[in-house]
Amino acid sequence: MRVALFITCYNDTLFPDTGKAVVRVLERLGHTVEFPAGQTCCGQMHWNTGYQSEALPLVKRFVEQFRGAEAVVVPSSSCVAMMRDHYPKMAAEIGDAALIAEVSQLLPRVFEFSEFLIKRLGVEDVGASYPHRVTYHASCHGLRNLGLGDGPVRLLKAVRGIDLVELNALEQCCGFGGTFAVKNADVSSAMLEEKTGAVLATGARVCTACDNSCLMHIQGALHRQKTGVKTLHLAEILAAQEGAEL
Amino acid sequence: MSGSALDPKTAPVFPIAARTAMKDGQLRRNVRHATDVIQAKRARVVAEMPDWQELREAGKQIRQHTMENLDFYLEEFEANCTRAGGVVHWARDAAEARQIIVGLVKASGSDEVIKIKSMTTEEIQLNSALEAAGIHPYETDLAELIIQLGHDQPSHIVVPALHKNRQQIREIFQREMNLPKLGERPEDLADAARIFLREKFLRVKTGVSGANFLIAETGGVCIVESEGNGRMCLTLPETLIAVAGIDKVVPRFADLEVLFQLLPRSATGERMNPYNSIWTGVNAADGPRAFHVVLMDNARTEILADAEGRQTLNCIRCGACQNACPVYRQTGGHAYGSVYAGPIGAILTPQLQEMHHAQSLPYASSLCGACYEVCPVKINIPEVLIHLRNKVVKQNGPLNVEAFAMKMMGMIFLSEHRFRAAQRMGRMAEAPLVRRDEKGEGWIGWLPGMLGGWTKVRDLQEMPQETFRDWWKKRGTHGS
Ligand code: SF4
Repeated sequence: MRVALFITCYNDTLFPDTGKAVVRVLERLGHTVEFPAGQTCCGQMHWNTGYQSEALPLVKRFVEQFRGAEAVVVPSSSCVAMMRDHYPKMAAEIGDAALIAEVSQLLPRVFEFSEFLIKRLGVEDVGASYPHRVTYHASCHGLRNLGLGDGPVRLLKAVRGIDLVELNALEQCCGFGGTFAVKNADVSSAMLEEKTGAVLATGARVCTACDNSCLMHIQGALHRQKTGVKTLHLAEILAAQEGAEL
Repeated sequence: MSGSALDPKTAPVFPIAARTAMKDGQLRRNVRHATDVIQAKRARVVAEMPDWQELREAGKQIRQHTMENLDFYLEEFEANCTRAGGVVHWARDAAEARQIIVGLVKASGSDEVIKIKSMTTEEIQLNSALEAAGIHPYETDLAELIIQLGHDQPSHIVVPALHKNRQQIREIFQREMNLPKLGERPEDLADAARIFLREKFLRVKTGVSGANFLIAETGGVCIVESEGNGRMCLTLPETLIAVAGIDKVVPRFADLEVLFQLLPRSATGERMNPYNSIWTGVNAADGPRAFHVVLMDNARTEILADAEGRQTLNCIRCGACQNACPVYRQTGGHAYGSVYAGPIGAILTPQLQEMHHAQSLPYASSLCGACYEVCPVKINIPEVLIHLRNKVVKQNGPLNVEAFAMKMMGMIFLSEHRFRAAQRMGRMAEAPLVRRDEKGEGWIGWLPGMLGGWTKVRDLQEMPQETFRDWWKKRGTHGS
């Protein structure tokens, strides 16, 4: 299959390894990856902070970039949630019939990365090997908006050598919430403290998730506390093979 | 927290108030414990219901249909209530509602009232208005009694004293009821409250209540509760005054079948409320001789006029969203500066008030969606929060740092070329802030200005030297 990758603005800028991992997994499974060069941002930050008129042109841009794609894969649950929950409404609100049609045609072909593997390709074992102790954080958007369920866990369970330990209070928000972490820094920190406490209690060396925004948040505290525990996007674990280092 | 009313007009912004609240370790432990207990109970009794999602949908449909035809059902309620011997009063806002109620109490010839817990009376700060008129209100719900005697403010819509633990309650009772020897077992506290209240029930001739539901079809006022104090207040007084927001109406008696399943399970994790009372007009043989219902708008028609905000009015005040909210669980209710706290407060308060008094509330959420997940009538709270944020942004205009930054970012994202340039600029701008750790990785431990909130407890890893799109381009050229 020809898969178009929407890397997302912050993965492109801050977590290029996640994108490389997605490419590696998809190619290993025999698919062709394309990268529409004009892509930038899905508009989530603007939309969620209340800047709707800035978000709208980004929606149009996204649709233009990906309209011809057979499937669009996005290694970010919150960006996919943004598209599914808000794009149709935004298009309807401005009453742009062409955009409404394009959005409704495109969305069924847009998948979060783990969802693409499980629901679209029907694979759970992607031939990865990662012999380390790992815990999985279910990001709010993946959990509630996309309903990923135990999909990511099933993918992880199929990884050779992995020692997967369950995170306590899995469904609790890590406190990131985009601009929330800055606007309500104190509350966000308190929520984060609970999350990192739960991560440390598992004894895992790595905390993984389907969203680098949560992971950047969790990682920031784990590093500040000098815990030595690191965070890694799910795709990077699924891309790992024999001899992979921690 | 002092006894001064929670008033969005004077309350500090949420992040500041939250910081103060979070310094109170006892309060945080109490809130944590109480919400944990209620959430676990709720989860248990909700899991028993195989048709919970259908029930939620039915609840949503009932509420949505009512809001779409509110004028019709309000008139129907008025006609049926009047026919049954009740008197319906209309109040445009809080001031009018207070005036009507104070007038009715005075006309009843009593200078005391017994009250059933009601958030609507809190919303309009009725107690202080009554006191100012020389009328003494007695709260009869146990939690409200604790709040009243402790000169405190409610911090939860269902469990107003959830931020207090048993010892703190005992101290309040010892002091205010003059019972220095009071024990600390739950029975001791319940006994003390019972004796204290019994005397009021038997003496006071005028009762004030809120309403959980107003039934248009019958003109009945429905109150659900678990202590029996409500039943006492409904049956014993000679004059009964119920005050309710116009959003409380439901079309038919039969709708209670759905709502009576959704509300108690969501609110307190009970299968059924111990007391479900419906009061319809007056009856010569029993109960109050005079029955008044004050229907209050207080900005609700404005909410109704807003297609996206309207679903806020579907709320049946179960408080489940508060218990589930990770933000509320850290701060408790007072930080919201309003009697409606937590997710429902974050959307309701800015709409009830003029928004500029509550601009920080729509941002008091990480949009995690836990509130939406538990809401028994499926109010999409995150969606309304975002809608209100947009209103705040419009209200504040373009002349501020955030709006400018957002505009810039929007421009950058509209061109690949500008985006690449910004990525390069970012790397340059952060360079002076980056420090190497023992592994040689670059991290930022301090950021200036607004962004400093991030680096209070978190580090930020330096940007990688190569973006994904750079790598992709190179890879294309080398073909590997
Ligand atoms: S918004 Fe929903 S969950 Fe929150 S109090 Fe209202 S009905 Fe309950």
